[in-house]
This record gives sequence, C-alpha cells and structure tokens, in this order.
Amino acid sequence: MSAAAKPETLTYAQAACLALQEAMRADPNVVALGEDLGRGGIFGQYRGLPQEFGPERIIDTPISEATIMGAAVGMALAGLRPVVEMRVVDFALCAIDELVNQAAKNRFMFGGQGRVPLVARMPIGLWGASAAQHSQSLEAWFAHIPGLAVVAPSTPADNYGLLKASLASGDPVVYMEHKELWGMEGEVQAGNEVPLGKARIAQAGKDLTIVTWSRSFHDCVAALPALAKESVSVELIDLRTIWPWDRETVLESCANTGQLLVVHEAVQVGGFGAEIAATVAEELGIRVRRLGAPRIPAGYAQPLEDESRVGAAKIVVAVKSFLA
Amino acid sequence: MAGGNPRLVSLYRMMARIRAFENAAEIASQGGVQAWGLAASSTPALVRGPLHLSTGQEAVAAGVCANLVREDLLTSTHRGHGHTLAKGADLNRMMCELFGRSTGYNRGKGGSMHIADFSVGMLGANGVVAAGIPIAVGAAHALKVKKKSHIVACFFGDGAVNRGPFLEGLNWAGVYRLPVLFVCEDNRISATTPTGPMTSGEGPSARARSMGLRCENVDGNDVVAVDRAAGELADWVRKGNGPAFLHAVTYRFKGHVSVDPGSYRDPKEVEQALAYDPLRLARNELIEAGEPAAAIDEIDTAAKIEVDVALTIAKSSPWPDAASAYEDVMDSGKGQWK
Repeated sequence: MSAAAKPETLTYAQAACLALQEAMRADPNVVALGEDLGRGGIFGQYRGLPQEFGPERIIDTPISEATIMGAAVGMALAGLRPVVEMRVVDFALCAIDELVNQAAKNRFMFGGQGRVPLVARMPIGLWGASAAQHSQSLEAWFAHIPGLAVVAPSTPADNYGLLKASLASGDPVVYMEHKELWGMEGEVQAGNEVPLGKARIAQAGKDLTIVTWSRSFHDCVAALPALAKESVSVELIDLRTIWPWDRETVLESCANTGQLLVVHEAVQVGGFGAEIAATVAEELGIRVRRLGAPRIPAGYAQPLEDESRVGAAKIVVAVKSFLA
Repeated sequence: MAGGNPRLVSLYRMMARIRAFENAAEIASQGGVQAWGLAASSTPALVRGPLHLSTGQEAVAAGVCANLVREDLLTSTHRGHGHTLAKGADLNRMMCELFGRSTGYNRGKGGSMHIADFSVGMLGANGVVAAGIPIAVGAAHALKVKKKSHIVACFFGDGAVNRGPFLEGLNWAGVYRLPVLFVCEDNRISATTPTGPMTSGEGPSARARSMGLRCENVDGNDVVAVDRAAGELADWVRKGNGPAFLHAVTYRFKGHVSVDPGSYRDPKEVEQALAYDPLRLARNELIEAGEPAAAIDEIDTAAKIEVDVALTIAKSSPWPDAASAYEDVMDSGKGQWK
C-alpha cells in the first residue's frame, strides 16, 4: 500500500501518528496506553487514533506512571505490543523500576523465556519556559542500561521511520521525541522505515565531524553558514539512535576529518557525548570535544532557560575555539 | 484412596513438596551469601545467592494455585518457590536454577529471586517488592484485550501494601475490571521489621475494599480455608466480575534470607507459630478425614526422595557457558557491548 503512496508533508507529531496508525492496522496486538490518550495525547501525537481504534487499544489511563510502564511489561509478556506514553521524560522517572529493573532485564534474567517488545515514548527537551521538571534530556541514563534501545529522532521523516523500526524491533525501546519539534513540517514517505543504529550524514565535510541528535541537530544546521564563512568544512552527523549507536559511520567520518565535536542539549557532564568522544579518542587517538548544557537545572525565566540552551551561536564559538 | 478427601491429599502433597524443596535449598545455601554480619564459609555453598524461603507459608501457595489452570498466569515475589512449584513448574529445573546451572529455568541467569516458568504461566519471581503487581495487572489487561477467559493470580507480601504500585495496580485493575486475583500473603514481617507498626489504618483488605475490590480474609495456614476462599474468588473473577483480593495471614518460619537466623523475633512468637505449622494442620485434617497416617508419611517420603533426586541432578548439571552472558540481552545492536 505504501509503495504507491506519494510523499506527504507532515508535522513531526503527525509523522509519528502515521507510523503508529500503520502498525495498529497491521497488527491487532499493538496497543497504546497513557494519560490523556483518549483526547489524542497532550501534543496531538495520537490524534485520530482513539476514533479509529477505540478505547480498548488506545487506552486512557489513570495518572499512574509506574503502573503504565509495569502494565506494559505484563501486556508484552501476555502477547501484546504496547506503546507507552510517559508524557515527558521527567515523568518517566516515576516508572524507573518498571523500565530499568523489569522491562530491560526480563528477557535476560528469565533466561530468554519471554520478550518485552514495548516502545516507551518519553519526550525530552527544553520547551518554552517549562522549567526544571519538564525540560530534561535524559537519553544517557537509558543508554547506560543493558537491554534498552534509545532513539532520538530529529525530523518528521525520522520520527516516522524510526518509530516504525522501534515498533518492529521486539526490544524495549526508549523513544525520545523532542517537545519543540512537534510542529516541525517535513516530507514523509510512507513505508520508509529508518533502521535502528543507523546515523545520517546530513552534510559531508573534511575539517571537522560534528555528531549530534534530536533538536540540537537543527542548532548545528543553523550554525553551518557561519562556519562556512569561516572556511570550516563540517561533516554533520545526525546520530538518530543513541543505543545502539552507529560507531562505524562516526569512526569513519572522524578518521577522515581528524577532529570530533559532539553537541547535545543534555547536561554535558556524564552525557552521551562523553561516551562518543571517549570511544573516538580510544579508537583513533584524535582530538575530541563536547558541547552540552551546563550542570544546572533548567530555569523558568528566559535568561535562565537560555543558559541551558546550546544554540547555533555557542556551537560556532565552540568550533572556533576548538580549531584555533 | 481409602481416605475421603482426595483434594486435601493433593493439597497436602503440594505443601510437602514445597516444604521438602525449601528445606533442601536451605541446607544447600549454608555458607552462601554473606548477610547479617555472618562470615562466609570457606567452602562455597551450592546455592550461592540470597535465598528467601517460604517455609511455613506453603498453604497459601498450594491453596490458591489449586484453583488455577495451566493457562492462568501468575506473578510472584522474591519468596516465590512455593508459587512456582504450585503453578506446575518442574522441581528439578527449579533446583538447577538455584544451583546456577545451565539446565535451570533461567539458564543460570536468575537464581532463586527470579525463578520463573513461563510455560506454565508463572511469569516470574521478582527482586523488587510490589513490582509484580503492575505486571500482573498488565497481563490481565492483555487477556481482556485478547478476549481470553483466563485469570491472573498476583502474589505479594504484607510489605508490598506500603508501596505505590499496590495502590496504582489495584486502582487500575478496578478501573478496567480486570481478571486479577490479588493474594496478599501476609507473613507479618517486612524483611526484619514487623509490618503492623509500619502500616497505617486497618490493613491490606481495608485498602483493597476502599478501591471497590471484593475481599476475603483467611487463615493462611489452613489450606482448606485458603482453597475454599481462593476458589470462590477465582470463580468470581473468572466470571468477569473484575478483580478480587485475598488476604491470607501466615508466618515465615525462617529469617528474611536463609542465612538469617531471624533472632530479632520474639522466641515465644516463633514457638507459637511453629506449633501452628500448616503441614501439621493439614495432616490432622487428613487423619480426621480417614487418611491412614502411613499414607501421609508416604507422601512426605516421596517428596524427600523427589528433592534428593533434584539435588543430585542439580549438582551434576553443567555451569552455563560464559558466552551465554551475552545471549538474550537484546536484538537491537546485538554484539555491540561497549
């Protein structure tokens, strides 16, 4: 059906909705559960699905994050393929035991008797003065846990393609959409799945590799003209999947450029950028650098929130000082 | 055969098997995990990890599971050997798992605290108190979505009623009218601390009742009473009436783990509890029902022989290959370990 379809312009939210709709049409075992899903989700990312699939499959839940996640584990063990909506990653912290001790460990701990195919959507990122408890980017926490895949799409096409792949993967997947990207429009070709663990080289270059993901990808894109003016030829890589991350693409690029900068919105200390930089330094012995947020909670007032933002201007400064 | 109560014979047999299993596992664990300031023995124990024994609580497992069929599902606790056996798991493979051998249910990856047999619907013991509750609720939710007629038995202890997932899970089961039989196996102690003074209000059933669940309280050492109450509630759940709650009061004969002498307890309390042994109660009932004492002894002997065989098998079973530590982690990025 998708082969004949033309690419359409969708928002980041609509793209995810399409991916889920297709999965739910194809497999009656796919269900979604979370708070406010009956109204299409608080970001509209489930819009239309309650009408098509009804309350048995788009399940409106109590405000019970631990049980949303824990019930999804039980559902998966009993043959469903649940999609869990955590609303924001900050709330997923109420479901850490259920995700980390139960979902991630189940298959290994019980000797392969069962599988937990669930996709846990937990939107990340700074989002219009949402302050300290609604603004975090915690991808590194989950990348640290054996058993979990971690995905962070940056475009509508990737939000469609990566959600399709996550739904098909059979693993527990932490799926991190960015709250400031919901309204972003882009072309989406139905049927184009984006495999987990495959990065995208958004721009080829020879002086410096920049690895980034999620909303920071767009900050990096915004920094490119200024860097081009400085005659810096940047190879820009959108990592797309945090775990398993595409070591091959990153290492090959870094071997060519000889220098790496990792840019992410998460706090720099202990961020996933550290893992990438360390790996590249160990493997290639080249110069590496990270750019992330300072280790402060996100503040409410604009001047405070801006301190946590890694925008194009900071990226340009970081590149120039790195290459100086 | 001569006795008039084959159901009680079968309940007693299950309890005897659980007791024999726990006793053998306890011996095999001596010198294992270091706890409570005890020095580890110089010879490594056959059962190395923490071993939470359900000795004294056998009537709850046997009485509830006698009312389940193979396709029914079950979630358990860290003290889950009895539930696992009573749900129909193979005793040999259980012992092999406790010994950490590749022939165990979890291929040596879980041990006692994660014992499970998915093939009989036993979805796992759990190292986290109350963590089985949301899983049970979700499994029941799946049964409902898939329009299956089976139910889920969800075992947890008295300590679990003070954790958040207890409230969330019971509420959830009530909201969606899910087929769950909650079983609060109340051994009156949370690890090493009496639960009563730690629990505000009138206890587990009052909490469950406040969320609209049908509740029964039962003497958890009286297997006939447990069987009857669980049977009624399981039927009721099976008929689509929504979740039910069984509060079974029992007593943990041993310490929190097998190497814990439990010396923090009042010796008088322990003495009284030992005298109220669920196996002794069941034996007395059997004799009253006309079962010859010799026939009951034979059940005990058979259970001990079965466990001896399991010990022999477990001891001679191979260790897991170190390479299996990399199996069943996940499919995405398989082979990418760092």
